[in-house]
Amino acid sequence: MAVFSFREALNQAMTEEMERDDRVFLMGEEVAEYDGAYKVSQGMLKKFGPRRVIDTPISEEGFAGIGIGAAMVGLRPIIEFMTFSFSIVAIDQIVNNAANMRYMSGGQFSVPMVFRGSSGMAGCLGATHSHRLEAWYAQIPGLTVILPATPADAKGLLKTAIRSDDPVVFIEHEVLYPEKGEIPDGEHLVPFGKADIKRPGDDVTLITYSRSLKATLAAAEELAAKGVSAEVIDLRSIRPLDLETLVQSVKKTHRAVIVEEDWPYCGLGAGISDRIYREVFDELDAPILRVASSDAPIPYNKQLEASMLPSVPRILAAVDEVTYR
Amino acid sequence: MASVQTEAKPIVDESKALDWLRQMMLIRRFEERAEMLYQKGNKIGGFFHQYSGQEPVAVGSIGVLRPDDWVITAYRDHGHALALGMTARAGMAELLGKATGCSKGKGGSMHFFDVEKGMMGGHAIVGSHIPLAAGFAFASKYRGEDRVALCYLGDGAINQGGVHEALNMAALWKLPVIYIVENNLYAMGTSLTRSSAHQDLTIRCATPYGIPGHQINGNDIELMAKTTLECVEHARAGEGPSFIEAQTYRYKGHSISDPGKYRMRDELDSYIKKDPIEVYASILKKRGWIDDEAVETMREEVKAEIEEAIEFAEKSENPPLEAVYEDITAGPFSPQE
Repeated sequence: MAVFSFREALNQAMTEEMERDDRVFLMGEEVAEYDGAYKVSQGMLKKFGPRRVIDTPISEEGFAGIGIGAAMVGLRPIIEFMTFSFSIVAIDQIVNNAANMRYMSGGQFSVPMVFRGSSGMAGCLGATHSHRLEAWYAQIPGLTVILPATPADAKGLLKTAIRSDDPVVFIEHEVLYPEKGEIPDGEHLVPFGKADIKRPGDDVTLITYSRSLKATLAAAEELAAKGVSAEVIDLRSIRPLDLETLVQSVKKTHRAVIVEEDWPYCGLGAGISDRIYREVFDELDAPILRVASSDAPIPYNKQLEASMLPSVPRILAAVDEVTYR
Repeated sequence: MASVQTEAKPIVDESKALDWLRQMMLIRRFEERAEMLYQKGNKIGGFFHQYSGQEPVAVGSIGVLRPDDWVITAYRDHGHALALGMTARAGMAELLGKATGCSKGKGGSMHFFDVEKGMMGGHAIVGSHIPLAAGFAFASKYRGEDRVALCYLGDGAINQGGVHEALNMAALWKLPVIYIVENNLYAMGTSLTRSSAHQDLTIRCATPYGIPGHQINGNDIELMAKTTLECVEHARAGEGPSFIEAQTYRYKGHSISDPGKYRMRDELDSYIKKDPIEVYASILKKRGWIDDEAVETMREEVKAEIEEAIEFAEKSENPPLEAVYEDITAGPFSPQE
C-alpha cells in the first residue's frame, strides 16, 4: 500500500472513473484551468481536455441544474462546489430536482451524479465559508450523503459515488485535504451504508465522521492511558446509516458519545441518538451525549472558532460524564 | 399582444395540419372534463393549472420535433404532455392519482412525465427546470448528437436567477436548447407590467446573451411551428440556443382556485372571440382540408377518447401503500425513520 494525501485520493478516484467511463465528467468553478480551488482536480484538464473537465461561471444554481439535466439523459456528472457553503445557492436544484426526480416521475428517471466539494471550519474563514450542512442533506429522501475521514475511504467512497445511480452529496472537509494515509493498491471501492470501526473498544462507543475522527481517535488514545477502552466508529455514510454497527457496539459498551462538527439543534447527532435509544434503551447505562459545534454562526476570531470545534478535552469531558467519573 | 391570426402560409401538409387541430381539441377537452372531475366529486386533488387558450404554443412547436428530442415544461404541463403523444389515459389516471398514471400517481397534475415520449416533466418550482433543459442539451453536445431540448417557461419565470444563469451558459457553450416563454401576461395574479421592469421579454432574455430572439403570436400555430423549426435547425447545426417569446393567453385563472378577478372580463372575451382552435379550424376549412361536418366528427371522436380515458382512470387501482417507499433510490430504499 502506498501513501497518498486525501486530495490525491479524490483525484485518483475521479481520474480512474473518468478513464473507465466516458459518461463521467467534472464541472465546477475553477476545476479546469486553475486546477481546482483546492487542487483536487490537479492535472485533470491536461489529461481529459475541456470536453470533460469544465470550468463554469459563478452560477451554482445553474451548473448544478445542468448537471442534473445531463444525468437525467444518461451522463454521470461530478459537480464540484468550491465549498459546500455555496451549495446553499444551488439547494433548490439538489432538493427539488435531484432528490425528487426519480420519485415524482414514478421511477422513470435516474439522476446518477455526485455533488462534491469542501466544507467545515478551516482556519478563520468566518460565517459564510465554514458551514457543515450534512444534517440538511441527510434529511432528504433520495439523496445519499457521504463524509469520508481518511484518504483510503475518500478514494473508495468517491469511486462508489460516481458509480451510484442516485444523486450523492459527497462532503470533504477542507482541513483533511493534505492529510496522508495508506490507500490499497489496485481497484479500491468502499460500499455505502457501512460504518467502519476505526478503533475497537469495550467501555464506551464514540460515534463520529469526517474531520472529527482525528480528535475522537486522539481522545480514545488518552482514554486508553487512563484505563478506559473506547470504540471509535467512523460513520462514513450518514445516509444510508449503518444502524446495525452502532447498535452492536452500544450493546457491548452500554455508553455512547456522538462527536459531530455540525450544529447541535436538529443536528445529525439528534437523529442518530434517537435511533439508538429506540433500539437499545435497556442496554444503556448513561444518557447518550453529543459533542457538537456551539449553536452560533462561525466566528472569524481564531480562539472563538477553536472553542466551537469538538476538541479532545470536550470529548473527554463527555466520556467522563457517561462513565460517571 | 396575440393579434388576430392571419392566413398562415401552410408549412405543413394536410394530414399533419388535421392532426394538430385534433391535438388542440384533445388538450382542450381533456382539461374541460378534468375541471368537472375536480369540481364535482372531488376526484382530483392538489393544484390544477389549465392550459386552455395556449394550445397552439405546445402543439405547433412540438409538432416540428424529432421523436428523440426532449421537452421540459413547468407546472401548466397537460398540453405539452398530450402534444408529445402521451395518452389521455395516462394523463387522466395521473390526475386521479392512480398507479396507471404517467408518474404512477406520485407526480400529479404538475408532474407529468413520459420518458418514452421525451416528456422530461412538468416542474413546479418556477424557473427551476430551465437549467435542466440546458443539461439535456449539454449531454447532446457532449455525445456529439444533434438532439435538441425544448423548454417552456412562463413569463413569471424570467425573473428567477437560475433562468439567467442557464441562458448565459447555454449561450457560452452553444448548447442546442430552445427556450419558449409562454407569455400569457400573468404570473399567477401579477401582471407582467407589475413584475417586469421591461416588458419586452426578448430584450430581457435573448439580447443580453447574444441569443437569437423571436417575439411572435404564439396562438398562430403555423407561425409557432415555423419559428420553432428555424430555432431547431439552428441548434442542430451547432449554432446554439434560441429564445422565442410566444404571446398567448390563458382562459382560466392561474389555478382552479383562482377566479382571475385581476383581469377585466372584456380582456378575456376578446381572446375567447379569437379562440385559436376555432381560428385554425376555419383556416383549414378555407384551404379545403376539412369541412364543418368533419370538424364535428373530430370533436365527437375527441370527446369519446376523453370519456374512455376517464373510465380507464376511474377503474384503475390506487398505488399500494408500500409504493410510498418505492422509486426513491435505484436499489431498495431503507427509510431512516
